[in-house]
Amino acid sequence: MNIVIYDGSFEGLLTAVFEIYEYKIAEPCIMNGEIAVGSLFGNLHHVQSDNAKGERVYKKLKQKLTANAVSQLYKCFLSEMRDIENVIYRYIAYVLSSKVPVENNYGHPDVLMLQQVSRKVHREKHRMEAFVRFQLTKDQLYYCLIQPDYNVLPLISNHFEKRYADQRWLIYDSLRKYGLYYDLQKVEEVSLNFETNLNDKTALQEICDEKEELYQQLWRTYFSSVNIAARKNMKLHIQHMPKRYWRYLTEKKGSVNGEY
Amino acid sequence: MTRTEEKLSILADAAKYDVSCSSSGSKRQNKDKGLGNASNGICHAYTEDGRCVSLLKILLTNFCIYDCAYCVSRKSNDIKRAAFTVQEVVDLTINFYRRNYIEGLFLSSGIFTNADYTMERLVAVAKKLRTEHNFNGYIHLKTIPGASEELMKEAGLWADRLSINVEMPTEKSLALLAPDKKREDMIKPMQFLKQEIIANKEEKKLFKKAPLFAPAGQSTQMVIGATPETDLEILYMANGFYKSMNMRRVYYSGYVPISNDNRLPAIGTPVPMIRENRLYQADWLMRFYGFKVNEIVDKQNPLLDIDIDPKLGWALRNLHLFPMDINTIDYQLLVRVPGIGIQSAKKITAARKFARLTWDNLKKIGIAVNRARYFVHTDTQHDLRDLQPMQIKQFILQEGNSKYKPNFSPQLKIF
Repeated sequence: MNIVIYDGSFEGLLTAVFEIYEYKIAEPCIMNGEIAVGSLFGNLHHVQSDNAKGERVYKKLKQKLTANAVSQLYKCFLSEMRDIENVIYRYIAYVLSSKVPVENNYGHPDVLMLQQVSRKVHREKHRMEAFVRFQLTKDQLYYCLIQPDYNVLPLISNHFEKRYADQRWLIYDSLRKYGLYYDLQKVEEVSLNFETNLNDKTALQEICDEKEELYQQLWRTYFSSVNIAARKNMKLHIQHMPKRYWRYLTEKKGSVNGEY
Repeated sequence: MTRTEEKLSILADAAKYDVSCSSSGSKRQNKDKGLGNASNGICHAYTEDGRCVSLLKILLTNFCIYDCAYCVSRKSNDIKRAAFTVQEVVDLTINFYRRNYIEGLFLSSGIFTNADYTMERLVAVAKKLRTEHNFNGYIHLKTIPGASEELMKEAGLWADRLSINVEMPTEKSLALLAPDKKREDMIKPMQFLKQEIIANKEEKKLFKKAPLFAPAGQSTQMVIGATPETDLEILYMANGFYKSMNMRRVYYSGYVPISNDNRLPAIGTPVPMIRENRLYQADWLMRFYGFKVNEIVDKQNPLLDIDIDPKLGWALRNLHLFPMDINTIDYQLLVRVPGIGIQSAKKITAARKFARLTWDNLKKIGIAVNRARYFVHTDTQHDLRDLQPMQIKQFILQEGNSKYKPNFSPQLKIF
C-alpha cells in the first residue's frame, strides 16, 4: 500500500488524485496530513497543493460529469468523513476509466456511497439554512454561532447573501473556527476569537441591541402559541429538530418552565 | 407580558388551526438589495405536535361576525379578543424574518364589519411590506369570502399565495355548521383567482417585466372528522380542486374538538390523526405517483384503510399486476410498488441500465424490502408463493412496527 498525504483542502485532494496518475502510484491510500498520526505503514508520498494540477482534474471531471454530480462530489468532500478521500478517489478513477457516463450507476458501491453521503451533507446544509438564529448586536450586526455536523459554510454562503442583502451578518462555525461575514457588499471568510460565551445571558445583554431580547421573547411566545396540545407528538418533534441543534434555537432556550 | 406579546399569543393561537404551512413554489427574487427572497421553502422550526413552522401565521383579529360551529373564533365563543394594527404585523414580520426565524407571513383574519373592510386591511399589510420595506419574503394571504374582485386582484399583486378555505367537504355540512357561509361564496373567488393566475402566466410569457400575480398559486383547506363524510367524498372533492381550479394544495385538517356544540364531536374526542395522514398519503399518490382518484377509493371501498397505507391497499386489490421483474418493470408501475418511492424508483431505473439489480443493491438503494418483496422479484427464477391479499397484509403488519399500531385495535376488521 502507498500512502498519499494531502493537506486537507479540496484543491489538495484533487492534486493528490493528479499525482497518483502522474507518478503511477499503485494501491494508493489518501490520508489527510492534518489528521493522520502514529505509525503509517507503507511508502509515503507527500502532496503539495497545486492549483494547476487541481484545476486539470476539476476540468476533466466537469467534462465527464453533470454539474449535479460535480457538486455531489464536492459535498462529499465537505462531509469530512473518515476515509471519504478514498471513496472520492475510487469514484474519480471509475468515472475516468469509463467511456459512458456512470454517475447514475447506483449498483456500484462508490457511486451509491457518493450519492448517499452528499445527501447527508445536503440535509445538514438545509438544516443550517433553517436553524440559524441571528441575534442583533448594538452595532447592528446579525450574528449566529453554529456547530454543524459537516463543513457546510461554503454551501450556505450563497443562500444567506441573496436573502439578507441589506443587513450585515456573521455566521461562525465554532467547531471549525471560521465564519462567513457579509459587509453589505460581499461575503468573506473570517476567523475570530470569541472571548465571551455568546450564549450567556448577561453577555447577551451587554452586546445586544436593546430590542433583541424583546424579539426573542416574542418568538418564544409565538412558538408555544402555535402548538396544538391535543396533537402532541414529541417523537416527530425531535425527529425534525434533533436535540443537538436545540442550544442554538431561540425557541428552545430559556423557556419559562426550564425544561431544556 | 407586554401588550404585543399578549396579542401575539391570542392571534397565533387562533390561527393555528389553519394547517397550510407551505412557503415553496414561489420564485420571488431579492430586488435591489432589499430584504428576503422566496423560493423553495424552509421549515425553520417544529412545534411539539411535530408540525412545521415556516411562516408567521397569525390572524389580524379574532373578532368575527360569523358563528361557524367548528371555529374557535366564532362569535358565540367566550374567548379573549384582540386585534393587531397594520404596523404591528409589519414590524413582527420584518424582525422575525431578519433573525431567520421565518420564511414570511401567513395572514388571515376573523371577519369584522364586512368582507371588504377586512380584506382591505390584509392587503394593506402586504402592500406596506412590499413597497415600504422592500420585503421579498413569502406572503400568504387568506381571501375573505365575499371580498370584491378589485381587492382580490390587488392581493394577488403583493402576495405569493392566496387561499380560500372550503371549510367542509360537502355543502350539507357547511349549511349545518356554518349557516352564515355559502359554498358559492368560496367557489366564485377561487374561479376568479384561477383565471387571473392563468392570465398572468400568459402575460408573463409575452412581457417578462409583467408584475407577478400570486406566483405560488392558490390552496384550500377542509376540516376532516367533524362531519360524517367518507374519504371517497373528500378525495373526489380534492381531486376536483386539483383538476378544475389548478389548486397547488388541498389541506386536510383533522378536527380538534374545541366546542360543546352537540352538532360536533365532544371535547376530548381524539383528533383523527391517522385518517388525516392517510388522506395526505392519498393526496400525494394523486399528485406525484400518477394515481387516479378512483384507483384509491371507489364505491366498494369508500374509506381508506387505517392500518395500511393507500398505496399498499391499491396493490393488494390489484395483485393480478404483480409480481414484476424489478429490472424490466415500467417506471409508471414501479412507483406504484409498495415500499418504493419516487427517489428509489428513479435510482432503480437509472442503475438497471448498467447491470441487473439484486436484492442487495435494492436494499442499499434504500427501498423497503419487507413490503416490496411481495410485488417485485429480481430474478427470472423466483419463488413467490401464491399468497392471498389478506395473507400479505398480515405478513407486512406483523413485520412492520407502525407508529400507529396501538391505535389499530379498535378499528381492526374481523376477517
